[in-house]
Amino acid sequence: MDTAKAPPPTSDASAALPPWQDPAAEPLIRLENVTKRFGDFTAIADLSLDIHEGEFFALLGPSGCGKTTLMRMIAGFEAPSAGRILLGGEDLVPVPPNRRPVNMMFQSYALFPHLTVADNIAFGLKRAGLPRGEIAERVAEMLRLVQLENFAHRRPHEISGGQRQRVALARALARRPRILLLDEPLAALDRKLRAATQFELVDIQERLGTTFIIVTHDQEEAMTMASRIAVMDHGRLVQVGTPEEIYEQPNSRYVADFIGEVNLVEGVVTAAENGRLVIDWAEDAAPIVTRSDVAAPVGTRVTFAIRPEKITVGAEAPEGAANAWQGRIEDIGYLGNLSTYHIVGPAGRRFKVQSPNRRRVARREFSWEDRVWFAFDETAGLVLTE
Amino acid sequence: MKLSRFNIVSLTLCFAFLYLPILVLVIYSFNASKLVTVWAGFSTRWYAKLFHDEAFLQAAFVTLKVALVSASIATVLGTMAAWVLVRFSRFAGRTLFSGMIFAPLVIPDVILGLSLLLLFIAMNIDRGVTTIIIAHATFSMCYVAVVVSSRLVTFDRALEEAALDLGATPFQAFSLVTLPVIAPAVVSGWLLSFTLSLDDLVIASFVSGPAATTLPMRVFSQIRLGVSPEINALSTILITLVTIGVITTSILSKRSALVRAGEAEG
Repeated sequence: MDTAKAPPPTSDASAALPPWQDPAAEPLIRLENVTKRFGDFTAIADLSLDIHEGEFFALLGPSGCGKTTLMRMIAGFEAPSAGRILLGGEDLVPVPPNRRPVNMMFQSYALFPHLTVADNIAFGLKRAGLPRGEIAERVAEMLRLVQLENFAHRRPHEISGGQRQRVALARALARRPRILLLDEPLAALDRKLRAATQFELVDIQERLGTTFIIVTHDQEEAMTMASRIAVMDHGRLVQVGTPEEIYEQPNSRYVADFIGEVNLVEGVVTAAENGRLVIDWAEDAAPIVTRSDVAAPVGTRVTFAIRPEKITVGAEAPEGAANAWQGRIEDIGYLGNLSTYHIVGPAGRRFKVQSPNRRRVARREFSWEDRVWFAFDETAGLVLTE
Repeated sequence: MKLSRFNIVSLTLCFAFLYLPILVLVIYSFNASKLVTVWAGFSTRWYAKLFHDEAFLQAAFVTLKVALVSASIATVLGTMAAWVLVRFSRFAGRTLFSGMIFAPLVIPDVILGLSLLLLFIAMNIDRGVTTIIIAHATFSMCYVAVVVSSRLVTFDRALEEAALDLGATPFQAFSLVTLPVIAPAVVSGWLLSFTLSLDDLVIASFVSGPAATTLPMRVFSQIRLGVSPEINALSTILITLVTIGVITTSILSKRSALVRAGEAEG
């Protein structure tokens, strides 16, 4: 899930820095205080964002968070109510969609049903007025790219869903856009095909070097493919960062909760020194001790977030663990490679713990109602003040 | 599933009720006798006679001309109206407009004919082929609007956006993508208007002038002098034409339903 991804290659010497950390880098597309209202409803609220050349950028959020509206504004199907959209420094807003160097892959694929696969791919090239020979060449190249050489003369309703998805991709890429927008590109595929296609999309993106902006509600999809993710909620950006940053250092309860599973424990800071916080969270229970850069003076109400896989379970209290409590296993979710334990800890507080199944089930150590210890060390969790 | 005896009987009755009169008419159009009710052997003489009857041929020519031109006008206007009604869901007076476009479907022909006649008189337009064309286009346009708008409602707008996204101008998006996709509905609308114009008697009677007599008008005036076998022959030809039209329409719509099924899956 948290596959590390190399930053896209840059030509200059300061290539050590990814472009979004390089203050000198010019963004390919810049959104400046963009607002979009539909009547009384504000879909996008004063949003600013830079996306750089060669990025695989994901807009992630639940449905209705404004991510699709944002994408449609970049494509030109909606105009912002306020703010500017700049592409390579030039204002994109007055440019109609058919003149933008941006192409979109639609969620429904929107293949032209009356045209063959090859004619679908050639559609944009013909509009660009390319000579016939070059169109044929480009179409063949695109068909090779998505491995559909044998289906050039089929109609969209004569091929499978997975193949349609590839035609849509080829058609959108044929004009060699500077930015490819992908609106939930994998939503209509089944799980297995989706996983395979995710890696294929990344592969294609790396080969072409085109900037991809993908809209998705699937956090796993965003984590797998994107070089950076923007988590959105109610028309605002909540956090923008690499998948690792978003997962390991979420800046709010919303992000922590939206990306993966998390235990959120509310408490009060009772001691703070040398980057170490002590958080009281339940009566009669040992406090949480954690390292944190967050400036939280004594008395602050905070939320402590810890991922299920960062907690260990054992029959005995582990030696030297900064945080360890006893609890009762209430539920076990068997996922094959992993098991999720629901443990009722001090004060009836439930914790989700995930541990890999290194042994076969018949020899599993714990069962329902067992009393176990669960523990994590000082650096496993995160303190959120929001 | 096998049909029970009861179902076979009811099916036979129903179809007999519908098609027996037409069958009788077709058979008697090949009757050698001058008397409509007496069978005197097979002959095509009434067809031959029909094709030598100047007045009938003139009327047939007028009818075809009116049907072709009015169906074409109605198709263009009806498609445009359907487009606006479906695409621009929020403009002032939309509900009124959409109600008004469908109203002529239920207004009695007599009233429609009369109102058009009054309009032509008020505007001082000479009545003739032109006024019949205008009148037919007026009422068949509503049918086209109904047929085309029901197709446009299920049309995936993303197709047009995709066309724009791929560099097509709005006009190209319409002519290269929307129109081909909705073409079966447009053609159905045209055929419907054509047929409606072909067999309209009431409205044509109101708005035609002395020089313009359509086939239905001709038949109707002939019938008052007694049924002639010629009319049977003429009716048979008309029935054949209409049947071809109906079959073509249904094949077209079945085909587009297939394509649409593929489109919906995609």
